[in-house]
Amino acid sequence: MEQLELKDYLRETGLIQSRLIILGVILIVLTLVLVGRIWYLQIYSFKRFEVLSKDNRVRIVAVPPVRGQIFDRKGRVVAENIPVFTLEVIPDGVDDLDILLDELSKIIQISPNQIRKFKGLVRARPDFESQVLKLNLSEEEVARFFVNQYRFKGAQVHARSQRNYPYGGELVHVLGYVGRINQQDLERIDQKAYKGTEYIGKLGIEAKYEDHLLGQAGLEHVETNAHGRRVRVLDREPPVSGNDIYLNIDAELQVKAREYLGDRRGSIIAIEPETGDVLAFVSNPIYDPNKFVNGIDYSSYNALRDDINRPLLNRALNGRYAPGSTIKGLVSLAGLESGWSRNAEVVCPGYFKLKGSSHRYRCWRRGGHGSMSMAESIMQSCDVFYYQLANFLGIDKLHDFLSRFGLGERTGIDLIGEPSGLMPSREWKRRVRGNPWYPGETVITGIGQGYSLATPLQLGVMTATLANRGRRIEPRLVDRLAQGSDDVSVDQSGSQIAKINAKSDNVEAIIEAMQAVIEHPRGTARAIGLDAQYSIAGKTGTAQVVAIAQGAKYDESKLSDFHKDHALFVSFAPVDKPKIAVAVIVENGGSGSSAAAPVARKVMDYYLLDIDANAEPIEEQVSEISNDQSDGTGA
Amino acid sequence: MFKIKCDIPLLLGLLVLCGGSLVVLWSAGGENTSLMFNQFIRMLVALLVMMVIAQIRPDSWFRWSPTIYTIGLIMLILVLLVGYTGKGAQRWLNLGVIRFQPSELMKIAVPMMIAWVLTRRTLPPSLTNLIYAFLVLLVPAALILIQPDLGTTIMIIMSGVLIIFLAGFSWRSIGIAAFCGSLIAPILFQFLRPYQQTRILTLFDPWSDPLGAGYHSIQSMIAIGSGGVQGKGWNAGSQSKLEFIPERHTDFIFSVFSEEFGFIGVALLFLLYTMITLRGLYIAYYTKDTFSRLLAGSLSMTFFFYVFVNIGMVSGMLPVVGVPLPLISYGGTSMVTLMAGFGILMGIHNHRSLMSR
Repeated sequence: MEQLELKDYLRETGLIQSRLIILGVILIVLTLVLVGRIWYLQIYSFKRFEVLSKDNRVRIVAVPPVRGQIFDRKGRVVAENIPVFTLEVIPDGVDDLDILLDELSKIIQISPNQIRKFKGLVRARPDFESQVLKLNLSEEEVARFFVNQYRFKGAQVHARSQRNYPYGGELVHVLGYVGRINQQDLERIDQKAYKGTEYIGKLGIEAKYEDHLLGQAGLEHVETNAHGRRVRVLDREPPVSGNDIYLNIDAELQVKAREYLGDRRGSIIAIEPETGDVLAFVSNPIYDPNKFVNGIDYSSYNALRDDINRPLLNRALNGRYAPGSTIKGLVSLAGLESGWSRNAEVVCPGYFKLKGSSHRYRCWRRGGHGSMSMAESIMQSCDVFYYQLANFLGIDKLHDFLSRFGLGERTGIDLIGEPSGLMPSREWKRRVRGNPWYPGETVITGIGQGYSLATPLQLGVMTATLANRGRRIEPRLVDRLAQGSDDVSVDQSGSQIAKINAKSDNVEAIIEAMQAVIEHPRGTARAIGLDAQYSIAGKTGTAQVVAIAQGAKYDESKLSDFHKDHALFVSFAPVDKPKIAVAVIVENGGSGSSAAAPVARKVMDYYLLDIDANAEPIEEQVSEISNDQSDGTGA
Repeated sequence: MFKIKCDIPLLLGLLVLCGGSLVVLWSAGGENTSLMFNQFIRMLVALLVMMVIAQIRPDSWFRWSPTIYTIGLIMLILVLLVGYTGKGAQRWLNLGVIRFQPSELMKIAVPMMIAWVLTRRTLPPSLTNLIYAFLVLLVPAALILIQPDLGTTIMIIMSGVLIIFLAGFSWRSIGIAAFCGSLIAPILFQFLRPYQQTRILTLFDPWSDPLGAGYHSIQSMIAIGSGGVQGKGWNAGSQSKLEFIPERHTDFIFSVFSEEFGFIGVALLFLLYTMITLRGLYIAYYTKDTFSRLLAGSLSMTFFFYVFVNIGMVSGMLPVVGVPLPLISYGGTSMVTLMAGFGILMGIHNHRSLMSR
């Protein structure tokens, strides 16, 4: 048995070893086949292939599609494609480079710097590659070049399409911009779809609706001559242009709104309440998106990034501020819905204390407001009233009610990267902070301070929801997406996301009180109600940036500019049939009534009456206006 | 004492090949540093995998064969059910951190399992054992073909056929199989996808449609041919720089290499590939047990067939089936598999004295 196995093993080994030798022979034979094939191509047919390679005439070139354009609600172009021309030279096809450069500079202005850069490229790169001599030729230069083209062997002018934003930075926080496709983009996109395309939407509408704007690349079989110049197109599969987009934004209103803000940092949101159309979406300061299209240089970018005013921050979308007194109307409504009597009065001695605590929650008016009804508390923005009311409601009711107006929830706007803001709750604090909720935190939540954070957009939506008498609509920047050349378009209207269950006479009572803020002689924003040709309801607000110690006094003159309070104002008009809701935030503006409210009024005048406040300056009232901080309400 | 074992001649050959790959890739990838870095990291990982596997004794592979094969088969079925689709084919399984391609595992598991089936009885194999062997081969091959991944299917069938051939499949049967194959081929052709059919047809006459199906093939041949004896020089191949060559850093990297380094470069490359393969066959010849001998022979020869199929396809002799040039083309999964194969080879050679029967 042992003997037999050994014999088998030897036989087996011999068999496989002989087969291995056969494999070795096959290996050598196949290698020789490959060598033969390569010998045939590289040595036997070398002459033929060398010629073919030298004048490799037919190339398949991807033709990029034309990106869809973007229009505002009145049909004005806000993102377009303009032709730009570059002068390029293929060194291989030039007889004498210096003579050519000399001749070219006679008809086209070329700086010594451009020539130096070009010559560097020529030295560094293979001769058959086309090198850029000058970017952005003027139309005159292009015309002169083509007239004299026969003299410039090896030089050519390329036309390509480049994104341009005619409004410059005015709409940058809405549109974003396109930029050159980079390594990160390459890893996530379908590279086939981007063949020949150099740009991709990086931010804003350009990024959000990239697929819609892009279009489809085409292919061209191009015959070129020995110098790489196109002779003719043999076959062509045309590209399909990207589709256009129509915005709800009114570009002129947007420009004017920012103008009314002046050089102050801040944000303005204007919404048509009934539809959720965003009419203006301002974040100031701005920056020029056109600089980003072909890549911004480091020093300019660093300057923008390190600018203390943070122009790159999209405040309208991502800025988060304490909503302050702007939510007092909603807190009142929550009170009425929870059994707080409309006529119940609270005495304001200038501060509020919780039972069993010595901490004083102060009213902005140190001397107190005296006896306040709900309507008066909205009109004069009495803090003590809301400390008491918030304490009565408790954080759970407060959180649930304010959330229904969209505070602490994403609005669902058609932009990427919207934050949710923060409407604090017991559950949130346990989860994030690991602490229980304290009653004192409820008290300050009642005046929109504490943990509460809202974006300008959320304040706009909140106001529009109140103007709609409780119907909350998703805000929309885009009105419709055009489809191809046919006049078919997809409507992008926002859908209703919530309906607040509140008794309509309660809602009307709150709106009436907010109207008094502007129209009553003691309202905090009465200055903007003067000579208004339509009715306005609104609410001022002031958001603390730094905490003030117990017993200390807020003294604006002693604070650095960046520590001053943010000024807020929310409003809508006309009161009965609202056409526009406006939220304004002026960073470190001081008080809502003096810094923010006049801006809102100008925006409304422009939109509703077509009156431009800056064209015919009305009397400057700001200096006389009382505000939340000063004791001007006694007048 | 534990000592790291490896085969120096094989290791040297592989390192030279990897170094060469980076040189070509710099040119073929358009001087892209992040691409170079990726490839360099993959090489390190693949070499590490190889060194680890080289420490494993071949009798362990014998014992693990059925398990590895079964796991591979289950994963192939999972791919078809819940696999990740990329580039039009469903080949990947998402394992959380990494995406895994089960067909790569099968490149090693299939020859291993066939060797296991055949060595359980004395060779040459009986008819029953042959039927088992073909079943073990054809089930995964069919699963990979419908992903679809024609290149991998062909290479896996190749590795299995090699083992069956080494095991002493009689010459008469080989003749009969070849005859049947030539009869079935036209029928199988009908089952290929239209684009695969076009590729095979253009092979016979690429110039009939120079701008359509024959375009890539012709441009690749022009690139190779215009390289001449000395080549156009590193980083100066006009065919590749002007983007006439398709997929120039992956499947068609040989066109770039031969355009820039000419016949001299190609001859050196062939020499290197042949030496590596011969070293593998040498290891198979002098090892002590049948299982290792079959596995080593199949793994080394499959490696060479990769080279043959790839160069055959870019030089216009074989249809374009999407097989990368081993260890030179950009891409990670196939490199790890190849290096794992060499790790097994090294393990077989290092433990040959332990394995006498």
